[in-house]
Formats: sequence, structure tokens, C-alpha cells
Amino acid sequence: MDDAYIKIDHVVKRFGGTVAVDDANLSIARGEFFSLLGPSGCGKTTLLRMTAGFEFPSDGEIYIDGLPVTDVPPNKRPTNMVFQSYAIFPHLNVFDNIAYGLRKERLPRAELDRRVNEALEMIKLGGFGKRGATQLSGGQRQRVALARALVRRPKVLLLDEPLGALDKRLRESMQIELRALQKSVGITFVFVTHDQEEALSMSDRIAVMSAGKVLQIASPRTLYEAPNCREVADFIGTMNFFDGRIVSVSADGTAIDAGPVGTLRANASDGAPPAGSDVIVAVRPEKITLFAEAPRGGNTIKGTVAANAYLGERSHLNVQVEGCKEPVSVAAQNADRLKTAHANGETVYLNWPADAMVILPRE
Amino acid sequence: MAKRRGANGGRGLLLYAIFYLAFLYVPVLFLPLFSFNDSAFIAFPLTGFTTKWYAQLFADSAVRQALANSLKVGAAAALISTMLGIPAAKALTRYRVPGGGAVLAFVNIPLFVPEIVLGISLLILLNVAEIPLSLMTVVLGHIVFCIPFAITVLMSRMDGFDTSLEEASLDLGETPWMTFWRVTFPLALPGIVSSLLLTFMVSFDDFLVAYFLAGTDTTLPIYIWGSLRFPAQLPKVLALGALILVVSTILVVVAEWIRSLGVEQGRRPMVGA
Repeated sequence: MDDAYIKIDHVVKRFGGTVAVDDANLSIARGEFFSLLGPSGCGKTTLLRMTAGFEFPSDGEIYIDGLPVTDVPPNKRPTNMVFQSYAIFPHLNVFDNIAYGLRKERLPRAELDRRVNEALEMIKLGGFGKRGATQLSGGQRQRVALARALVRRPKVLLLDEPLGALDKRLRESMQIELRALQKSVGITFVFVTHDQEEALSMSDRIAVMSAGKVLQIASPRTLYEAPNCREVADFIGTMNFFDGRIVSVSADGTAIDAGPVGTLRANASDGAPPAGSDVIVAVRPEKITLFAEAPRGGNTIKGTVAANAYLGERSHLNVQVEGCKEPVSVAAQNADRLKTAHANGETVYLNWPADAMVILPRE
Repeated sequence: MAKRRGANGGRGLLLYAIFYLAFLYVPVLFLPLFSFNDSAFIAFPLTGFTTKWYAQLFADSAVRQALANSLKVGAAAALISTMLGIPAAKALTRYRVPGGGAVLAFVNIPLFVPEIVLGISLLILLNVAEIPLSLMTVVLGHIVFCIPFAITVLMSRMDGFDTSLEEASLDLGETPWMTFWRVTFPLALPGIVSSLLLTFMVSFDDFLVAYFLAGTDTTLPIYIWGSLRFPAQLPKVLALGALILVVSTILVVVAEWIRSLGVEQGRRPMVGA
């Protein structure tokens, strides 16, 4: 993508001897809601802080709207940030917090009032202007931080785990609000989170990071349904893995020898590695159907129920398969009201269609 | 049994506390007591109430001159040592300075060097440098041991300061210089005021270093020292001492109160990882 609005070009960040960000390459489009997702310490916050100008890359370039900003200090960048701690100025009231970044624009008083009040309305805190910063709840502080950044009409809004400090209910409603807000203001959002559900539900695209490296950049659906490596597959949702070796690749499909679970058949795929390659076969719990008798078609393996958790709309089962160390995780929709649950120790057949599997490289 | 022993222990502690406080404060209380006594001799029984020593004190132009000198020196020493202390305290609390602990220990050395040693060494230094003694040299000497006080007070205020507040200011388009004035300074202000008051008191109280470095000028403690040779002056000195005692106490209490004001302001909030 050469029309990238934000371009992270071979960016490396070293702190002393440790590499925090290792050769990151990202292209973020204008108006996109882009998330950096990964466990803590994976380098996502460092990458965000380099985009904001609080850290400078050891190597590589960062471009925003076509201009290199790699060495530009934060006060001269067209970005604004919502901090994890919100960083609301405790000695100022809500109005002055939001107006803080407008001082330089030397707006006439009426115009300043209008812009700040507009921002207050946007975050549904109209009339809160005189409120002291220390009298706000967590959710309100989060909104004020958002308004303070957006009132400057930045080209890019950077958000560092902004929902992390909120309780679950508030977080879920803020996710929807934040997404709607982003669509209405049309500003490019770069959002850092370690919460995969949050990233999946809000983002246009997600970059999954681990140990300083960007592993995959894709839409939420692609990340979930077609991860490109075991780490991504494991980090997003639950995944069952079987070690195997490609036996044959033909127009009819790919055959994989998966040791104790027998031969598995996947659809023909132009991405499949050649025969003889070591691979990992991955299948999501909800793609698997349980049967009492061995069904025809697809891939079937036999196992015994080791655990069964009833969760209302679905049940989670662990099925032990002979020769496998880890039990296979199965998510079954409880579509039939009257069906009885599978008892522990019961023999079951796990079945999934050929196109339900993902074939991943094995190192 | 255990309970009784506990009660005895409590009574012992109470006695200890009473003696402790008496030992600390009774000698000091003699000052105001005798300053209102209608007799030139410091002895019991008290002979009557008078405020004439205070009247004499305020009428004495030498006292007024010494007081003015002490105020000037104190104000200058407080201002300069606090201004020097701000960047030092900021660096030591905000950044991981290589050898920061050693630097802090080094800065604190003047607190532990006997003042007489400090006074003599400064005197030798000024002599070698051929700088004439004056109130200016007293200010110089006072700055040396006011800086540790300033840094300690300022650091206690700046420790745990949420650095993302300054980052937020930069992010919102302010320069580092304006960020200092719009965020760092207002949040550190209680610490700065507290440091000013404390360093002023430390300078105002000092006798030894001033005695070495003042030349022909006189600060208040030097004036008091000089007056002690004349028995007739003694009641007046008692009145002066009583006044200094009251003002010092008020200043120190105010300094502590200001430092604790809104101590939560600007602290890094607890955020779940």
C-alpha cells in the first residue's frame, strides 16, 4: 500500500541490549481503525510511543500523511494521544483540560468556548466544564482525555489501552461508543490493546505482535479464520493443534498424516506446502461437531469426554484422544433444548469438514 | 496477667513521653517566660510582668539592622538554593540518573560536615580567591547547606509524579518550556513554597557559618552572640529569642502543611496492568 496514511518503515527500537521493536513494517490507511494487539512486553506500546514522538526509533522511518516524522518532537506532530492513565491535569477543571491544547491557536474567547463545549457534548459531559478533574469517575476521565485529544482535530489519534482501567460493563459500552465516534469523526485511530476480543470487535485491521515482531496484519475475520502461524492462532481465541506431515497435495485436496489421529484431509489449497513438509493442523473448537456414532464424510477422530462445562447457549467439552497429550477442545451450540449432555467417559466421534482446518508451518 | 503487664507498659511509655517532651521543650519555654519578667536578672522568683524588654528591642537600631541583614540573606539563600534544587530534584526523581544514589549522598554531605569545619573551609576558600567578606559571602555559604534541604523537600513532592502528565502536555502541542510552567510548576508549587520556607529558616537560624563569613556585617544570630557579653542586654536578647522561636515554629508548621497540601495531586494513578 503506497497510499498509506501512516507508514512504519523497517522500524527498530533498542533499549540498551534488548530489542523492543524488531523491524516493524506497517501501512495504515486514512480513516482506518487499526489495532496493535499482543501480550504485555510485545513492543506494541513502544511502537505507539514512537508514532507519538515520545520515543525515537533506533532504525527505520515513520511517515504520517507522506511526511517523515521520525525525528519530530511530539508537540510538532499531527497526532494526539489518549494515555493509559488518562493523564488528566489534576490542577485544572474539565473545561481547561480540554482547552489545554488550543492555547496555541489563539482562538477568540467565543470560538474557544464553542469548540470546548462541542467536545463536551460529543463525550456526553455537557455542563461538566467547571467540574474539578479530581472529582471525575474513571469513565468520565477517559472521555475527557478523548475530548482533549480530539478537540485539536489531529490527523491521527493514538490510544494506549484506554479501556484497561474500566470495569467490564463500562468497557463494553465504551468499545461501541469509541467505534461509533471514530466513524463519525473520520480520524485514523491507532489503538493498543492486549485484549483480543476488544481488538476483534472494534478494528478494521489488527497487527498481532509478539516479542517485538509483527506476526500478522489482517482483518479480524482473517486473523481468526486464517492465522498465518501457530502463535497468532494460539493468541486469538482457542485453537486445537495437531502435528502432522503433508502426504500428498493434489487438485482433490491435501492429505496430512497426523500420527495418532490418523490421516486428515484438507481442501486443495495453493498455499499448502509440498509433500513431506512438517506442518501443524489447526482447527477451532466451534468447527467440530460431536457424534455418538462415526459419521460419514469430513475428518473424524474418536475420543472420550474428559470434561463438560454447560454455558447456556453453548457447552465447552474437553475430549481426550488416544495418543494426544492435550485434550481436544470442542464448543457445541446447545440448539436442541431436550438433548442430554455428554457424560464424562462417554465415547464420542469428533467430525469437521475439510475446509475447517488451517495448515500452519512447523519450525 | 498479660493485660496488667500491658497496662504497666503503657504507663511506662506515657511517663517516658512526658519526660521526653519536658526535656525537649521546658528549656525553650524559659525564653518567653523571662522575656516578660520585670527584672534584669534571670532568676526565680519572677518579679512582675512587663513588656519593656520588647519595647527596648524594637527601639534598638542595631537590632533592626541585624534583622534586615538576616532577612536579606535568608531570602537570597532560600530563593537561590530552591531554584538550584528544582532541576536536581526533578532529575533525581524522574530519570534513572546513572549513579543517582551517589549524587544524592554527595549533595547531602554538607548536612553532616560540622558547621565549624564548613565555615573554616569556606573562609579559607574565600581568602585564597581574595573575595572580600560581606553578606554576599554569607549567602554563598548558606546556599551550600540549604541545597540539601531544598532537594530533600522537593524530591518528596516530586516522587511518584505521573510523567504522562508532562507527556500529555507535549502531545497537546506545548513546548518543553511551557510544559514546565503549565504543568510541572503548578503541581510542584507546594513543594517549592515549602522548600523556600524551610531553607529561609535554616539560613536565618545559622550562626557559625555566618560568623566566619560575615566580615563586619551582622546577622541576627551574630548580634545575639555579641550581646551576651553585656548583662544589661540579656533581657532584650531573651525577648528577641522568644520572637524568633514563635516565628520559626509558625514557618515550619506552615511549610509542612503546604507540602502535604493535595499530596495526591499529580500522583501516578493506580492502573491495572
